[in-house]
Amino acid sequence: MPTFWLVVLLIALAAAGFYGGRRRAIATAAGNVKNLHSLPSYYGYHVALSAFVPAIAALLVWLLAQPMFIETRVSGMIPAAAVPESSSIGLVMSDVRRVAEGLDLAVEQGLLSAREARNAVAGEQDLRALMGEVGVALGSEVRPEVLKAAQAYRNLSHAGRTAMTVVVTLLALGGFASAYVRTHKDFRARNVVERAVLALLVLAASLAILTTVGIVLSMLFETKNFFGLHSWTDFFFGSTWAPNFRGGSELSILPLLWGTLYISFIALLVAVPVGLFAAIYLSEYASGAVRAFAKPLLEILAGIPTIVYGLFALLTVGPALADLFGKGGLLGVEWMAGATSVLTAGLVMGIMLIPFVSSLSDDIINAVPQAMRDGSLGLGATKSETVRQVVMPAALPGIVGAVLLAASRAIGETMIVVMGAGAIAKFSANPLESMTTITTRIVSQLTGDTDFASPETLVAFALGLTLFVLTLGLNVLALYIVRKYREQYE
Amino acid sequence: MNDMTLMEKTVETQNIKIAAKDVNVYYGDSHAIKDVNVEIEDNTVTAFIGPSGCGKSTFLRCLNRMNDTIDICRVKGDILLDGEDIYDKRVDPVQLRAKVGMVFQKPNPFPKSIYDNVAYGPRIHGLARNKAELDEIVEKSLRRGAIWDEVKDRLDAPGTGLSGGQQQRLCIARAVATEPEVLLMDEPCSALDPIATAQVEELIDELRSQYSVVIVTHSMQQAARVSQKTAFFHLGNLVEFGPTGQIFTNPEDPRTESYITGRIG
Repeated sequence: MPTFWLVVLLIALAAAGFYGGRRRAIATAAGNVKNLHSLPSYYGYHVALSAFVPAIAALLVWLLAQPMFIETRVSGMIPAAAVPESSSIGLVMSDVRRVAEGLDLAVEQGLLSAREARNAVAGEQDLRALMGEVGVALGSEVRPEVLKAAQAYRNLSHAGRTAMTVVVTLLALGGFASAYVRTHKDFRARNVVERAVLALLVLAASLAILTTVGIVLSMLFETKNFFGLHSWTDFFFGSTWAPNFRGGSELSILPLLWGTLYISFIALLVAVPVGLFAAIYLSEYASGAVRAFAKPLLEILAGIPTIVYGLFALLTVGPALADLFGKGGLLGVEWMAGATSVLTAGLVMGIMLIPFVSSLSDDIINAVPQAMRDGSLGLGATKSETVRQVVMPAALPGIVGAVLLAASRAIGETMIVVMGAGAIAKFSANPLESMTTITTRIVSQLTGDTDFASPETLVAFALGLTLFVLTLGLNVLALYIVRKYREQYE
Repeated sequence: MNDMTLMEKTVETQNIKIAAKDVNVYYGDSHAIKDVNVEIEDNTVTAFIGPSGCGKSTFLRCLNRMNDTIDICRVKGDILLDGEDIYDKRVDPVQLRAKVGMVFQKPNPFPKSIYDNVAYGPRIHGLARNKAELDEIVEKSLRRGAIWDEVKDRLDAPGTGLSGGQQQRLCIARAVATEPEVLLMDEPCSALDPIATAQVEELIDELRSQYSVVIVTHSMQQAARVSQKTAFFHLGNLVEFGPTGQIFTNPEDPRTESYITGRIG
């Protein structure tokens, strides 16, 4: 039975369980709902959940585990000698899967009988042509080991599929029956449903955490592979970034890190003063009407996709800077060769971060108790004296936290630097030169045809992991500071 | 009650420090203060009493224009400080607040050191020419706030680390450091325990020798203990204003009597 119909069956059982459980509960209470421990629907939910949840859980686990199990069994059948030079067991296994799939399709379309498919021997028939007919393209003739493995693969899958259907159906029926039998007017169905709700919420929370762990782990493994192929001293302490897909690349993170930090620094130089002053204006000076109008407007800025900022950098800011500092420009200097530069990307990224900084700072400034302001104003201080000497020092830790969060966004920002910063990895203090960042290089190393076995590709994971560690560190630090500050006024 | 009659006699001769004439205050559409006329004397403690929401704090905040910081608040009428209208266009509210200091309901020391808390006002107004003078002002103010002995060894410690009562006395020291002429206190003891309250009340009585003190309080005992004049507010009206002894023993208005005996409030 295809999995789809199995799921439909489970849903049908659950629905039947709902009505069955409900009716039985009412029947045991002799039709008087007041005699029931819980509302009738809770009994229904109880039976429905008992039928559905264990069965669907078993189904999911089975669907995940079966391919892994079969893979290990079948790949054990392939002798090491059968793996050609310059290939790997993984590639042979993908051939096996493709042949198995082809056989399935051939049986389905009536080109082969089930028996023929099981007993086919390589060389007797033109299997490659047959596969071609059903739409499975093979790179070479089907080798005997591969065909045998594919047949074993098919057998195991079929057996597994059948077993799965049986087990899942039995579980569903068993759950249904046991819950149905237990349905009685004194049964505390409401409490069971409560636990089910709790389980659902816990599941959602752990999924979010597990995904993060999964992402980190996958990056870790790929990074480990990278360091198996490339020396870590070059990665961390080298001075040149020169990937070469023919081998012999120099892959050092330092020039990229320099570009990243330099651009982020310029971005913060723009975003922090402007964002902070905007926040001070909005929270301390602006009247209610202005705030109601200006705050959403500022937050629209935060909703602009970064690719649009990238376009802005590429089409407006870059050429404007080139007109100013470039050849034949207004200043009569020739400091800038093209439109892409550290300054271009930094300025635009700074603009992107303004609403981020201002809205975080605004929250923090608003959290400073009004009593502080009253105290200062009551002593005859002006508004700006109050802001400078009382509100800002009180809000400072929180604002530092906000700036660190902004910094971690700047470091991880991709589109603006891809479009505005350029592609040359180098150490330079000149903000008018184009430079490149970690994120830009990750994009360029992974776009296009890639082979996930070369250090030139795998370096992307090492870069990504470094970036992750960097931003994670900044975020943790920022959250720590912000939290510590919050405690002050509680 | 004998003490009180004596005190009344000593204050009879005082000058008028603040005179309010037909003061009306509106918050948006609501009329918070209605035609209040009151004369606050120098070197006197004047208590404002009344049930919650009767406008006593609002009126207090009119006296140093703290209500200016609230957008929707409008003040009509004249409030004269030493004969000058404080709502006149020529008056700078910032300068006014240096002259009319304020202590708030909740102790609100700045998140700075004890020294910097007290030095805040003098620094802003340039009252000290050098560090030595500033040190002197800080010490004098802390002594006047009756907290010097408790903090003299830890002037660099944060003001927020003190106990509630100490914080409130620090705030009083901070307010007197700017050499105000009038000290407004908005329920200064409502967040304090009885011991700290007693200390602050004692302090208020001492401050009377140099300042005109106006105190808003919910505690009638406190009003009776510290003040020489009492004003009773009810629903935005100034119901009765007179010597404290008279208000508490022989009120003219039946509403005052009801409030004092606990029938309304």
